[in-house]
Amino acid sequence: MRTLNLLYFARLRESFGREKETVVLPAQYATVGDLVTYLASRGGEWENELGSDKVFRVAVNQVLATADTPLPDQGEIAIFPPVTGG
Amino acid sequence: MTEQTLIRIRVSEADFDLQEEQQALLELTAEAGAVVSFTGYVREFSSGAPLETMLLEHYPGMTESALEMIAQEASQRWSLKAVNIIHRIGRLGPKARIVLVQVVSRHRGDAFSACEFVMDYLKTRAPFWKKEFPLEGQPYWVEAKETDEAALARWF
Repeated sequence: MRTLNLLYFARLRESFGREKETVVLPAQYATVGDLVTYLASRGGEWENELGSDKVFRVAVNQVLATADTPLPDQGEIAIFPPVTGG
Repeated sequence: MTEQTLIRIRVSEADFDLQEEQQALLELTAEAGAVVSFTGYVREFSSGAPLETMLLEHYPGMTESALEMIAQEASQRWSLKAVNIIHRIGRLGPKARIVLVQVVSRHRGDAFSACEFVMDYLKTRAPFWKKEFPLEGQPYWVEAKETDEAALARWF
């Protein structure tokens, strides 16, 4: 089992109606891609934002990640839209 | 480059003063021959519609480390005396200052290039998001532009 602290920002925070949550996932959910699949399976806005061709970014412990990045136990995983600062 | 580069990062609601920032950098560096500054502002129109305010959201913690990493990367590519990055967050009105990048070097070429590199990197990698509130109509999140990714790709 892995405990993950999830954070959502900007448009995704509004779509999901929450800024953070803690999830406990079975060990077979090992990568960022697995987590995204799990979240998209919730349906509704989750599937719409994470399960379609919409673009989003994921950071693991505050470093930009890819679908292959492993999920560290007790990790901070942030999901957010492409950035628009500057 | 082997020389030590002074790196200053600030993420804050507070406004900044260009001249004060530049003076502080120059006092902390030796043999500075060039300073290049970029300031980004809130445009008073967005897609042709008058803007009431802009909200800048960020990811506390990652923002600072991302900006630090960007400044480090610049200091490895060019010979730099100092890099100063200030980015504002929260609600900003039309014509407000959003971002300041100042680069100090011995010669102008390094400072010009590094300043543009830092901005291109920041626009696509630092976790900030803009929400625009027009005078009339619904607020909306600004969409990322492909041209910004293309601008960063030039450096690699």
